[in-house]
Amino acid sequence: MKRALALQELAAPALLVVAAGLLGTVVSLSTQAYFTDALVSVAIVVALYTFIGNSGVLSFGHISFVAIGAWTAGVLSVPTGQKPAIMPNLAHFMRPWTTGNLTSIVLAGVIAGVCALVVALPLMRLSGLAAGIATFGVLEITHNMLQYEERIGPGLNAFSSVPETTGLLQASLGALIVIAIAFAYARSRFGRLLRATREDPAAARAAGVSIYRQRLIAFTLSGILAGLAGGLYVHLLPVSTNSVYLDLTFITLAMLVIGGATSLWGAVVGALAVSALDSYLAIAENGASLFGWHYDLPAGTRVVVEGALMALVLIMRPSGLTGGRELRFWPRRSS
Amino acid sequence: MMLAILNIDWQTLTDATALGAIYALMAVGIGLVFGVLRLVNFAYGQLVMAGAFALALASQWGWPIWAAIVLCFAVVLVLSVLMDRLVFRPLRTQSPAIMLVATFAVAYLLESVALLWFGPLGKIASSFGTLNQPVTISGVDIRKITIVAIVVAAACLIALTLLLERTTVGLYMRASSMDFDTARLLGVRANRVIATAVLISGALAAVVAIMLTVQTPLVTPDFALRDTIIVLAGVVLGGMNRPVPATLGGFAIGFASGILGGALPTNQSQYLPTFLFTAVIVVLLVRPGGLFARSNAVERV
Repeated sequence: MKRALALQELAAPALLVVAAGLLGTVVSLSTQAYFTDALVSVAIVVALYTFIGNSGVLSFGHISFVAIGAWTAGVLSVPTGQKPAIMPNLAHFMRPWTTGNLTSIVLAGVIAGVCALVVALPLMRLSGLAAGIATFGVLEITHNMLQYEERIGPGLNAFSSVPETTGLLQASLGALIVIAIAFAYARSRFGRLLRATREDPAAARAAGVSIYRQRLIAFTLSGILAGLAGGLYVHLLPVSTNSVYLDLTFITLAMLVIGGATSLWGAVVGALAVSALDSYLAIAENGASLFGWHYDLPAGTRVVVEGALMALVLIMRPSGLTGGRELRFWPRRSS
Repeated sequence: MMLAILNIDWQTLTDATALGAIYALMAVGIGLVFGVLRLVNFAYGQLVMAGAFALALASQWGWPIWAAIVLCFAVVLVLSVLMDRLVFRPLRTQSPAIMLVATFAVAYLLESVALLWFGPLGKIASSFGTLNQPVTISGVDIRKITIVAIVVAAACLIALTLLLERTTVGLYMRASSMDFDTARLLGVRANRVIATAVLISGALAAVVAIMLTVQTPLVTPDFALRDTIIVLAGVVLGGMNRPVPATLGGFAIGFASGILGGALPTNQSQYLPTFLFTAVIVVLLVRPGGLFARSNAVERV
């Protein structure tokens, strides 16, 4: 019974993702692209939640692992014949290989997870602002290396010729898997220990919890999830270094904070709400009508409106749209 | 001898010092607001960007230099006060993470407004072009702006030190950055202290805008964004809590990136961010409380 009640915390975000996926099948093909995009964002934001939400430590570096996942899956999926054209300086041992869709995404998670572990080993000793700046440094270094290291990817060019397998189905399934893993982690012993260190570090340490070890586990896991999301992303559109850098860092962090950083439900709601707004404004820039009033927004309005709305949500509801709580259909009986 | 090995000449050295001086000013601007508000202002670079656009517009309209400077200061100061009133004040009691993300949003907003108004190609601010010409001092060509930047930064820092050490409002500000609640109990007016810090920080942003537009006259919406990221790293590196370590951190990172840029061979200079941020991470790991902090003791309960 207790377990069944707990599962509803998984059901709410999962149902929302399924609903978004189903809604995507009934709209026009051009609108469908926005739904697919939103579902990949859900995967990225849930990966962020796994570390930031549970640990309370802000990380600006997670988009590095999305980038590493995208690079891994991208390099593995470009057809062998087209590799010399897209990546002329690719290391020799990488050239003869091409893997299938699923293998490339799984390996994206694995490689990103290994990188996250290597980064976390020294970095998880830091907290607060020092941790924030250090993770920012990781993002800068990753961006810089991917941009100029042409032995491991296309450098400044975009990943063209990657099979575009991330349709509505793959994006929904990917988001669901990421959500399920994040849920299982949050319910596990490790998730609870990490949240204890978030609520009261001194008390947790006094109770024998190693803050370093718990953060290390969460950072690695969320690196794996971010890598999976990156794998989905590179199969969605031709990714380049600038599409996995500051803008994506900002928008995904904003999604997390707007939804409510401390809950899985908040992460999913935030990702879908901001994506919906983003898509609506993108369509409106090409002309739209609202309540019979037709208008064209000048190009670029989208970002202005989004920035303003984000600031507004943060001021009016600092703990996010969901208040950082999970959604329960049957509220817990108060004792 | 050292310099010869690292392949650094005097010109690189003066340029690096000038960059360090400009970054030190930005570090003070960010550090002052952090002191009283415990808020890391990521949107500081966008204040500099707004000032730079004001200079670009002034030079496009053919305004004299003094009018351009007045316009630059006016734009940046009005914007900083608005930022304080509309965003910082309502969020004052929130956690640092939320305030940081809020300033992220403001930065994004200002950048996209600039993109909407001026386009991605940007504008040229050419009023101060003459400062880019070199003067020759004992056989070394030095651009006038490097000397101006170092002198202006030094003057600003001295003036600021006097303000903090010798005036009542400076005393209030120092007290507030040590312990805001206690300072308020003792009769320090919170809003006045914060407004002063925000205004001084804005004025410094305007000065930085002038210096940076001389060095890179092309003003684009992402103007000063990279500099802000590097300065933020420098400020945390130095130690965020007190103004002197923060300033030193800003200077150190500007100087280091100038020297690295000159010392790295051409085929490696594209990896400058990697070298710089690796150094930042290593220093943070060794001294998490800051390079110039007195101690890094864990907070006791």
